[in-house]
Amino acid sequence: MNAPFQPEQMSLDRLAVGTRARVCSINWASLDEAEACRLRHFGFDEGVTVEPLHLGPFGRDPIAIRVGRMTVAIRRAHAGAIHVQPIR
Amino acid sequence: MNPLPLVAVAGSPNAGKSALFNALTGARQKVGNYPGVTVERHSGRLTLADGRPVEMVDLPGAYSLEPASPDEAVTRDVLLGKQAGEREPDALVIVLDASNLDNHLRFALQLIELGLPTIIALNMVDLAKRDGLELDSQRLAAELRVPVIETVAVRRRGISELQAALDDMLSAPFCGVHKHVKSDLVHLQRRAREIATAAVVSETPVRRWTHRLDGVLLHPVIGPIILALIMFVMFQAVFAWSQLPVSWIADAVAWLSNTVSAALPAGLLRSMVVDGVIAGVGAVITFLPQILILFFFILLLEGTGYMVRAAFLMDKLMHGVGLSGRAFIPLLSSFACAVPGIMATRTIDDPKDRLTTILVAPLMTCSARLPVYTLIIAAFIPNRQLVWGVGLQGVVMFGLYIIGITGALLAALVLRRGVLKGSGGGFMMELPKYQWPPLKDVAIGILTRAQIFLKRAGTIILGTTIILWALASVPEAGSGQKQSEVSIAGHIATGIEKVVKPIGFNHDISLALLPAMAAREVAVSAIATVYSIDSPDERAGAQKLQDNLHRRWSLATALAFLAWFVFAPQCISTIAVTRRETNGWRWPLFMVTYLFALAYLAAGATYWIAVAAGLGGT
Repeated sequence: MNAPFQPEQMSLDRLAVGTRARVCSINWASLDEAEACRLRHFGFDEGVTVEPLHLGPFGRDPIAIRVGRMTVAIRRAHAGAIHVQPIR
Repeated sequence: MNPLPLVAVAGSPNAGKSALFNALTGARQKVGNYPGVTVERHSGRLTLADGRPVEMVDLPGAYSLEPASPDEAVTRDVLLGKQAGEREPDALVIVLDASNLDNHLRFALQLIELGLPTIIALNMVDLAKRDGLELDSQRLAAELRVPVIETVAVRRRGISELQAALDDMLSAPFCGVHKHVKSDLVHLQRRAREIATAAVVSETPVRRWTHRLDGVLLHPVIGPIILALIMFVMFQAVFAWSQLPVSWIADAVAWLSNTVSAALPAGLLRSMVVDGVIAGVGAVITFLPQILILFFFILLLEGTGYMVRAAFLMDKLMHGVGLSGRAFIPLLSSFACAVPGIMATRTIDDPKDRLTTILVAPLMTCSARLPVYTLIIAAFIPNRQLVWGVGLQGVVMFGLYIIGITGALLAALVLRRGVLKGSGGGFMMELPKYQWPPLKDVAIGILTRAQIFLKRAGTIILGTTIILWALASVPEAGSGQKQSEVSIAGHIATGIEKVVKPIGFNHDISLALLPAMAAREVAVSAIATVYSIDSPDERAGAQKLQDNLHRRWSLATALAFLAWFVFAPQCISTIAVTRRETNGWRWPLFMVTYLFALAYLAAGATYWIAVAAGLGGT
């Protein structure tokens, strides 16, 4: 068996559909105030589990993401501000 | 006079707030499923057990008291007693989605902090069960220290219990302190998660319906195809399903016209009733079935939660022209009517995004254009089947919608590069669970539309029709003269004709354009009235009107007329709502100018091309 694999951090827009991940950090400074506020409203926060579910048909944008018990759609550009670590 | 106690219904979007409000008050209100369907103030009355009336107000859905949209700002201001035209609420009903507690509780915690007497409606407990979630509402009540009632608003379950709790609460003397503690969202969110976890009795993972459906409906290839099919079926249905009821109404109008003609002596009164009122209003009422079918589809798409998926699929394309997927919902609503569409833009956070959406919304083919399109298409486009189930007339209609959509996207692109330059706002939306909307709520929505339409027919359309009849009837034409030319209306039309002649518009159209400013469908009643006055011996009826058009207009003129109506801003209500939503005359004037210019160019281009193609003869 291989040694326990510690997956590396990546931005949420690069996470594959169907992969669960934990939010490590969110670069709030790169978002404008209303956008940051909306992300918080959706429950995005450090430590929360997220999972990309669907991708938009054109340019794989926006991304539908499960966060907590909710499914929300955000653009790829905003997902780039969220850093995650895949679970297993 | 002491005002009634005011109870505000608040909650996050998609908690089923509007459905609960409907169940409590029986008010006629649209029930939707996407964030922000409630953008207007909706109020209703509730009678307590002891007979005391209470006023209920349904606040726009919000995620917290820190607004991220104008919509949420209204909610905050009402709750803090800062909203103009609204008194401070005396009590609060907070609606929570039982299967989304960890998110919705955050807003609830913030609301409870306000210190108002509060009840929590733990809504959609049935859907939570379906998802394998068992909750302990007693535990929740203990944690939050407010009463919690389990409800399923769309099935009216738990409503009487909620009423009883309201009754108790409003009977108790209240002398709390109203305060707003500006809380730290992150802290609230963590507390919300703790409480939610405590309230969950058991959770069995089940395969969620919504996820499976989304696998198909949001599929990168199948999803857009299904969206296109839904739109196509919707517009075909508007034509196909309406044929029978339309013919009934047309027969009834013809019968009424003949009966009244026989009963009244020849003269001014008979002319006014038969040529003015019955011919004019009758021609418009004929289109009621089509308008209702269109609204049926839109209400169904909203109610099931599909509308947000459509926004998801369309976002990238909308982004390409400087709009967001959020604009898709107001724009799709504008297919029914631009007025609610423009009001629905309040859910768009970015001001420039919002203004662009408002300015292009009138290009979406609203239901008031249907009478005009239908009449012209029926008169000039042969009723031929292209392939089984797809008629040529339906395809032309679909084409007109496509031209409107394309025009809107191009206009948005130009506006975003020019007067409304700036970076686009984002696209962040919740995808609610799919749900079959209660048919009663859909029926209420359709009935409300029917009432509004008939009221318009009875007021604006009736009024303009009578005025037009009067202007078209005096002075009376001598022998050999045409009434539509020597009358006052005829002279006005002759003036307008000078401007619109180059784009192929004849005297009849010129006559119809002015009253059609009141509402587009008046164009149909105006033409019907004019022909009826010109040849009083003929009996009214849709068939007669079509024959007349066919005789008097060339195909090129008819096509130019259609092109005109794709773009022309002929609707006072739209202009008025734009003024209200943009706080001034600047943008409505801009809108009217660019749309008239587009209409003139489009009609002109259509006419010149059609004439060159040899379609200029009658």
